[in-house]
Amino acid sequence: MTALPVTLNPGGGTGAMAGEASPAIATPAVVEAVAVTKRYGGTAALDDVAITVAAGETHALVGRNGAGKSTLVSIITGLQAPDEGRVLFHGEPAPSLSDRGGWRSLVACVYQKPNVIPTLSVAENLFLNRQVASATRPISWKRLRADARDLLESYGVDIDPSATADMLTVEQRQFVEIARALTAGARFVILDEPTAALERPAIAKLYTHLRRLQEHGVTILYISHHLREVFDLCDTVTVLRDARHIGTAPVASLTEDDLVSMMTGDTVSRRPWRTPTSDTAAAPALAVRGLAKAGRYDDVSFELRPGEIVGLAGVGSSGKVEVARAIVGTDRADQGTVEIGGTAVRTGSVAATLRAGLGFVPEDRHAEGLVPLLSVAENATLTVTDRLGRAGFISGGARDRLAAKAIADLDIRTDGPSQPVGSLSGGNAQKVVMSRALARQPRVLVLITPTAGVDVQSKESLLDVVDDAAAQGTAALIVSDELPDLRVCDRILVMNEGRITREISAGWGDDELVGAMEGIGTATTDTKELNQ
Amino acid sequence: MIPVLILLLIVGRFVDDAFFTSKNLLNVTLAQTELGLIVLAESLVLIVGKFDLSLESTIGFAPAVGIVLVVPEAAGGLGTEWPGALAIPICLAVGALVGAFNGLLILRFKLSAFIVTLGMLIMLRGLMTGVTEGKSLFELPDGFSYLGNTKWFGVRAAIWLVGILYALGIVLLTWFRHGRALYAIGGNEDAARAAGIRTTRITWIVFILAGVLGAFAGVLMTGRLGSVGAAQGDGMIFLVFAAAVIGGISLDGGKGTLFGALCGVWMLGLITNILTFGGVDARWLKAIYGAIILVALVITRITSGKAQD
Repeated sequence: MTALPVTLNPGGGTGAMAGEASPAIATPAVVEAVAVTKRYGGTAALDDVAITVAAGETHALVGRNGAGKSTLVSIITGLQAPDEGRVLFHGEPAPSLSDRGGWRSLVACVYQKPNVIPTLSVAENLFLNRQVASATRPISWKRLRADARDLLESYGVDIDPSATADMLTVEQRQFVEIARALTAGARFVILDEPTAALERPAIAKLYTHLRRLQEHGVTILYISHHLREVFDLCDTVTVLRDARHIGTAPVASLTEDDLVSMMTGDTVSRRPWRTPTSDTAAAPALAVRGLAKAGRYDDVSFELRPGEIVGLAGVGSSGKVEVARAIVGTDRADQGTVEIGGTAVRTGSVAATLRAGLGFVPEDRHAEGLVPLLSVAENATLTVTDRLGRAGFISGGARDRLAAKAIADLDIRTDGPSQPVGSLSGGNAQKVVMSRALARQPRVLVLITPTAGVDVQSKESLLDVVDDAAAQGTAALIVSDELPDLRVCDRILVMNEGRITREISAGWGDDELVGAMEGIGTATTDTKELNQ
Repeated sequence: MIPVLILLLIVGRFVDDAFFTSKNLLNVTLAQTELGLIVLAESLVLIVGKFDLSLESTIGFAPAVGIVLVVPEAAGGLGTEWPGALAIPICLAVGALVGAFNGLLILRFKLSAFIVTLGMLIMLRGLMTGVTEGKSLFELPDGFSYLGNTKWFGVRAAIWLVGILYALGIVLLTWFRHGRALYAIGGNEDAARAAGIRTTRITWIVFILAGVLGAFAGVLMTGRLGSVGAAQGDGMIFLVFAAAVIGGISLDGGKGTLFGALCGVWMLGLITNILTFGGVDARWLKAIYGAIILVALVITRITSGKAQD
């Protein structure tokens, strides 16, 4: 690791620019967070974090999922108060949380979720609640449209002010939100993952908008997973990791490797690499060819041998989850084929994939994995109800026997098979989902973000289950961007913006994998380096 | 909307000559005045993104309370015999209270608008039966009879009043900031709140306003019919939604115009009139209304291209 020209602050402190003495008279920073700490229950979401955004600069905020970015943003936008520390705007203490108007005049945030009124026109959205000077005067729609047109032209943006907001493209809608914030008086805008939902041409348009804003002197806090954009657009970057402030530096003084190193840091106890148990001679258990869906992923092809564990990795917009959903049958792909055990399966039907011998753990167990009011036994056997009795009848005894076996095999902590699954802890609930997936003894097991919201011990035990299943001949596909999940894989397919861009064998270094996911080409090593 | 109305007028003219006379058309309009007011109230509530099913009970309950507090016990009153001039104000106040109570449960306690107002519908009808002992009230204070029967410039007062209220509603929702706020709240409540619109307060006011309009509709209906029927308003809510949906008010909120709703009301009245002239048995009317609602929903889905909740 090269020596980093940056002040590393494992304990916190203000992120001063490297190597510069503080000027005698400084313009107060647009926003300054000092020693901010926020806890949820026992876990710290932010621990003694600081950030300083200078006027007129574009400041990047980066960090892996769970590093604390969203929490910090919610504190800087006045949605929550920090447990410790304080926030200053232009040197003055931040307004109280109930003074929404005060916050609105200081900062605006453009989120990934649209914050426009889809049924109203662009013009009305731009001037929402400010269509007219006083509430008792009638609105002049002609004036409003003209004002909207002038505003959009001044930023050189080609949007029809009379169009309804639900017809806008994603980057147009983002710009409308930015413009609305600016006309309301805010000179400081936070952009939360603005390119997550954008394709390349739209990203280029967004760049133009942002450069225009920079020319107008707007201060921007830019949050993104795409490190390329940090180097393209931003002046300064602050890195958070595991709820702490790692460092702040001018972008020009860092290389991509430096940035990735700061983001990953030293990880805790690592799982040893597994011994491969794949049967290279056998026919593929899962074969995916030419899978494509407009705007989401394209030309995805790969094979899984029996006994192999393959990872499918990538950041949020990479398309990995969409591909997984097409493979398991929750969604339909536009093109391409999926073959399970040699049989071609129509995408879009979970019943078909289950019949063909696939089991899966969905991305969100609350949304798709469990029925919270039903018992552990019922949830665990939901995929094998046809094997619990004849002619549609469900034998309670057979069900409970199967459930008891699953509870023992996966070490599920529960009062018994009849406990409602909604009252189990995250880790144990996820084990129930896993047992549901394994109930039919599938030849292919797909797991989508399998350890999300699961405690450390349960994480390891879930991954052990996958390891054992593979050792017995099941082919497993782990779809995740969590490094611990991916450590159990024999090889990893990395996706970027809808395509598989790299294949990395076991024995990878953290920086290499994170860099590949974030879209930065670090030195590739496909040879196995067994790190212990 | 307008083309369909013109079409109906043409069809009616063919069905029977008596249809296309000002006398008949005014009669149709008069019969729709109370429905029109409830549709106005319901449309406001729908636009802001909520539901109010209780209005069909308010139309009977509110005037009933106003009257029983004023008329002598022999005529069905409670025996309090307050001054006759208070009847209408009490009636409107009851409507406002019902609306405020709906708002309390829905906005403060965050209960489902559908279930809350459904419960209120049943409860108010029950209260009305209790207060009137299940009997119709025939002795009305003067104010009621006046509004129900008088004519201004040759046209019934009720028609004028409903027309004025619709006009006020249209002006408020089109040209005034607080009226536009209804669309914002119904379209995306979070975005509206983020823009500084006081969503809870405005929605509460809409519920109260709807209650008052419902009560006022009760005054007009009572005056026109000459009594408060024990089952006044019963079953009306279906027609209200039919008219609103036909008129283009979206059940998801944030979309639709009051003018459209008014056309929907008028359309239902014309259809009933034409069917009556055409000799269709009154017993089939409900089936036809139901079919119209379904057709209107399908058409709305096709034209808007979005799934409805």
